[in-house]
Amino acid sequence: MNIEDLEKEKNEGIGSLPLQERREFLKMGLALTGVFLGGSILSMTSISHASNQKNADMDIPSEGQYPYPKHYGMIMRQNRCVGCELCVEACKQSNHVPNDHGAWRTAIQEKITRENSTEKREFRPVLCNQCNRPPCVRVCPTKATYKDPETGIVVMDYKKCIGCKTCMAACPYNARYFNEEKYAIDKCNFCIDTRLAEGKKETACAAACPARVRIFGDLKDKSTEIYRLLHTPDSKIWVLRPDTGALPNVFYMNA
Amino acid sequence: MSNISLSAIFAETAEPCLATPEMNRATIFFLIVTVVGLSCGVLAFIFGHHTIYNNTREMPWGMLISTYAFWAITSTGLCMYAAMSHVFGGTRMGMISNRMVWMSIICIMGAFATIGVEIASPHRMLLYNIISPNPLSNIWWMGTLYGLAVGCMIIEFAGIVTGLGKLALVMGVFGALAEVLANSCLGGVFATLPARPYWYGAQLPIYFLTSAFLSGAAAAVLFNYLAYRIRNEKMSTTVHLAVKSAGKAMTLVLILYSVATFWRLVSFYVGGPELGRTAADALITGPLALNFWVLEVGIGLIIPIVLIILSRLENMSMLAFAGFLILVGQFVARYDLVVAGQNVPQNLGWDNLPTHFSYVPSFFEFGVIAGSIGVVAFGFLMGERVFGKTFTQKEHH
Ligand code: SF4
Ligand code: SF4
Repeated sequence: MNIEDLEKEKNEGIGSLPLQERREFLKMGLALTGVFLGGSILSMTSISHASNQKNADMDIPSEGQYPYPKHYGMIMRQNRCVGCELCVEACKQSNHVPNDHGAWRTAIQEKITRENSTEKREFRPVLCNQCNRPPCVRVCPTKATYKDPETGIVVMDYKKCIGCKTCMAACPYNARYFNEEKYAIDKCNFCIDTRLAEGKKETACAAACPARVRIFGDLKDKSTEIYRLLHTPDSKIWVLRPDTGALPNVFYMNA
Repeated sequence: MSNISLSAIFAETAEPCLATPEMNRATIFFLIVTVVGLSCGVLAFIFGHHTIYNNTREMPWGMLISTYAFWAITSTGLCMYAAMSHVFGGTRMGMISNRMVWMSIICIMGAFATIGVEIASPHRMLLYNIISPNPLSNIWWMGTLYGLAVGCMIIEFAGIVTGLGKLALVMGVFGALAEVLANSCLGGVFATLPARPYWYGAQLPIYFLTSAFLSGAAAAVLFNYLAYRIRNEKMSTTVHLAVKSAGKAMTLVLILYSVATFWRLVSFYVGGPELGRTAADALITGPLALNFWVLEVGIGLIIPIVLIILSRLENMSMLAFAGFLILVGQFVARYDLVVAGQNVPQNLGWDNLPTHFSYVPSFFEFGVIAGSIGVVAFGFLMGERVFGKTFTQKEHH
């Protein structure tokens, strides 16, 4: 059969492919695109390639790309956010974030747009992206901030922080602040010391969110919800400021 | 014994004609400026850096960082000119190179004084820079190299004063190398941050080096002029020629620097990230426009060019005034660079943020700046007083 003949065939889509089989392909790091017909797959592409096309501005790490034993990340189902800021409050409580104007580890950004006199309000939760190529870690003169070798979370060793604030200038996400009490820079660390260390499975913000916007988990673990969401075929997933090359581990989608 | 030889050395190097009441008054005045100014910075350690400096989460760096960069860049320039004339000889600037070495040390002291009160916990730096170094960090390299440079230059200067020419020469070369590399790392601190498109890019380190050659030449012209002014003496022909060469270098680099500034700004308007363009807007039409057009371009570039042409490189007071204006322009240019790199919100479009954050340095920040000027002026006067003869003698090899 040549290409022209093929193109005349009716595309059965991937819907007719048994779930088990689809999973197998995903496991191999292959996503199905294009046509599927008469039981044979005509087009396959690697997930990263597929996501490159669909989500042109990002790379979801695929098998073999996780350098850490656990690889924590978060996905924000952005359109579900109602801006209640319970997450912000929970974070402040759990992580003893000082009550100073510029001090926050997570925040809700708001955008109001008007279309034909109707007002549209959008909310966007932000926090440290625990980048895979973290500019903050690279610039720190004393290794006061570093990637935790177990989890890939970017953490602080406060006693080493000289307060040069280069990490603040380097972070593309405005995720760092000066903690007056510690007299050092501070940031979100996915509650590694306050919750994960106690065996809790979720960050304070994710646990507090009534709309289940924030899905936290191990990107490597196929049983997690975050894994499932990230690998749902045909979903549009994006990250913030992909152009900076920081390779964030916080993803965004509408779901 | 050593006391005797030390006083013998100072007897050789000192400039007794400068032991006048006016000189004393001026020296004490700048000492007071230094102490009062830097006390503003010391207050930061008592009341908190975040309380007395106007830096924010969004704009973590302000005028103290830009002033640090200004003095560090000027120091590099002075040191490079001095090293070139020491090593290669033959340049007329050799005649004034000892003074340039001294002023290079003094300028870096001004830089250290500024950054010392800017950094939140410098005591942690002393320890962890050594036991927990990050070789990928520009800040680490910059600090280490400037430290090394100042060490080399102090030994070099001691060699000059004591007549150990060989030692001075070798240390001068190492010092200059360290200064150039440190300057490059300083440029790299900004140039390697993709989060800040206004800084990010390969041009910036070269831009910093160009600035060093510009500020260094301007400082050489100005300080040499002042050295004869305070002595109420006319420059000898050789010194005149030396300053003239510095003036030539200043003119040449002024042109290079203007070209680099022009293309740097143009590049933001032909494409590239929106954040970079919006940052450039801050200078062209936005909150930094007055700084840019009047102080950076008008006072820092155009008037000096006119003055240089009018002076025909002969009229020393005109040339020195041009040098002074260039330094003013460079000071403002560093400020604008640091501020514009941060004053566009990274999440512009959300939270109803203004296009440009506003930043006005606090009273205490101005105090520290005055203090750093005090350091340099005091160091200059003390240098002339204690080592004046060394500066006016022929070079040391
Ligand atoms: S988001 Fe900012 S603070 Fe967090 S890892 Fe990335 S660069 Fe560092
Ligand atoms: S402020 Fe602290 S954590 Fe940030 S780069 Fe400097 S030393 Fe490292």
